[in-house]
Amino acid sequence: MTEPIIKIENLSKTYGRIKAVDDISFEVYRGEIFGMVGPNGAGKTTTIECIEGLRKPDSGNLKVLGLDPLREGRLLKKSIGIQMQESELPDRIKVWEAIDLFSSFYDRTMTYKSLLNELGLYEKRGSYFGRLSGGQKQRLFIALSLINDPELVFLDELTTGLDPQARRTTWELIKSINEKGKTIFLTTHYMEEAETLCDRVAIIDNGKIIALDTPQKLTSDIKAENRLIFNVSGDFDINILKNIDSVSNIEKTGNKITVLGHDKRMVKDIVNFLVNNNIDYSDLKTEQTTLEDIFLKLTGKEIRS
Amino acid sequence: MKSLFRLTVVESKLYLREPIALFFTILYAPLILLLFGFIYGNEPSPFFGNRGFIDAQLPAYMALVIVTVGLMSVPIATAEDREKGILKRFHSTPLSPVSYLFANIFTYFIMALIGVIMLFLVGKIFFDVKFEGNVFSVLAGFIISALSFFAFGYFIASVSPTSRVAQIVGMVLAFPMMFLSGAAIPLEVLGDKVENVSKFIPLTYVVRFLKGLWIGNSWGAHWIDLVVIIGLLIAGTIISAITFKWE
Repeated sequence: MTEPIIKIENLSKTYGRIKAVDDISFEVYRGEIFGMVGPNGAGKTTTIECIEGLRKPDSGNLKVLGLDPLREGRLLKKSIGIQMQESELPDRIKVWEAIDLFSSFYDRTMTYKSLLNELGLYEKRGSYFGRLSGGQKQRLFIALSLINDPELVFLDELTTGLDPQARRTTWELIKSINEKGKTIFLTTHYMEEAETLCDRVAIIDNGKIIALDTPQKLTSDIKAENRLIFNVSGDFDINILKNIDSVSNIEKTGNKITVLGHDKRMVKDIVNFLVNNNIDYSDLKTEQTTLEDIFLKLTGKEIRS
Repeated sequence: MKSLFRLTVVESKLYLREPIALFFTILYAPLILLLFGFIYGNEPSPFFGNRGFIDAQLPAYMALVIVTVGLMSVPIATAEDREKGILKRFHSTPLSPVSYLFANIFTYFIMALIGVIMLFLVGKIFFDVKFEGNVFSVLAGFIISALSFFAFGYFIASVSPTSRVAQIVGMVLAFPMMFLSGAAIPLEVLGDKVENVSKFIPLTYVVRFLKGLWIGNSWGAHWIDLVVIIGLLIAGTIISAITFKWE
C-alpha cells in the first residue's frame, strides 16, 4: 500500500479567470480505492482528466504508472481504464459490438464473455445501448474500462443519476474489482459513497484539497463525534446538561435537543441524567459524524448546495 | 489496423441502422433517377448532346449521392458523436485519431458507393443506360469528389456548436446546391440565370467533372473542375484539422 501509482505535485489548471484546480499535490497508492469528494464544479473532473492525459495542465508534475500523462498519453492509455462523466455510446450499437470494438483498441484484452458475465450483462449482449437502463449503461461503461485488464481504473462520477438500489450494486462491483488487485481512483459528490468505498478520501473544494485521510481518521478528527438527539415536552433548561463532563455542546430548536460529545460515555451519561431527574423524553436517537459533517465543518457549506 | 477494420464495420452497421441516413444515401438518388427517367425517357436528344436523358444525367446523380453523404451524414454524425461524448470516450483509449477518421471516411465512402451502385443498377435495369467512359477513371473521379465533400462536411461539423446546428447548416447548404448545380435537374433545362448562379456552387464542378468522365472525357479536359474540387479538399482538410475538437 505504500508505493505511489499516481504522484501529483502542484497541479494547476485555469479556465479563463477561474482556477479550476489550484496547486494541488497528492499521491495514490497501489491497491487502494482513492476517492475525491466535493461539490459540482470543485475541480474533480479537471483533476482526473489531467491525470488521465486528456487535459493539459497549466503547471505541475504528474507521474502516473511512472509515465508523464501528457507526453506519454498513448502509452498510458494502454494500461489504465477510464470511465467518464457524461460520455455515451451510439444508441444503436449493441452491447457485444461495443465490447468487441473497444477490445480492438488494445493489444491485451480480457475475454468479453467473462467480463459480461461478471457485470451481469451477458443476457443483454444483443441489446442496443439506447435500450439499456441507467444502471446497465454504467455497468457497460465499467466493462469498457476493464477491457484491457488495467492496473489502474478511473471512475468519474460513476453513480450520479442512479437510483439507490443500482448505486449499491455498483458499489459491490467496485469493491470486487478492487479485490482483484486493481487500484481505483474515483470521484463522487456523494459522501456516503466515499465513506463506504474509499481507503482514503481527498475532500476538494474550489480547486483545493482541504482534507486528505482515511474516512475513519477524517470523521474522528472532528471532535463532536457523537450526537444524541431527543425531544422533550414543556420547559427544559438545557444549561442543566452542561455540567455533565462528557458533553461538549448543546443545541435546542423547539422541543428538539441535540447534544454533542466526543466521548462514548456521553450517551449513557445523558440517558442516566434524564431518567434520574424524571425528565420525559421521546424519539431518542444517536448519529455518527459523517463526511457530510466534515465538509460542512471545513467549508461552512452543505456539499449539495 | 485491427481497430480501423472493426471501427469501419461497426460504423457501417450503425449507418445502416439509421433509416433516414440510409434513405438519403441509398434510395434518394435512384428514386429521382426513376422519376425523371419516366418523365423524360432515355431517347437521344440534341438537348443532351445527342444522348438520352439518363445516359447524360446518371453521373450527375452520383454528385447527388456525394452531397447528401458529405453535407448531411458527415456533419450530423460527427457533431452528434462529439455532443454525446462518444468522441471523447474514443479519445480515452489508445485508438489513434487517424484511425477514427479513416474508419469514418471509409464508412461514408462505402455507403456512397452503395448509393452509386444502386443508381447504376436502376439505370441499367429500367433504362439500359449507356456508359462510354473508363470505369477506373470514373471511380477515381468519384473518390476524389467524395473526399472533397467529406472534408467540407467535417469542416461544418468542426465549426458547429451542436449537432442541431450541424444538421441545419448541412441541409441549408445541401438542398440549394442539389438544385442549382445540375445535380438533380440538368442545367440545360434550368436556363441561363441558374447557370450563372451555378458557377458559384462547388457541386457544379463535381457534376460537370463526373458527367465528362462518364462519356469518356480525359481528366485534362476538366482541369478547371479538378482545381475547384482539389482546392475544396485541401481547404476543408486543413480547416477541419485545425478546428477539430474531441469534445
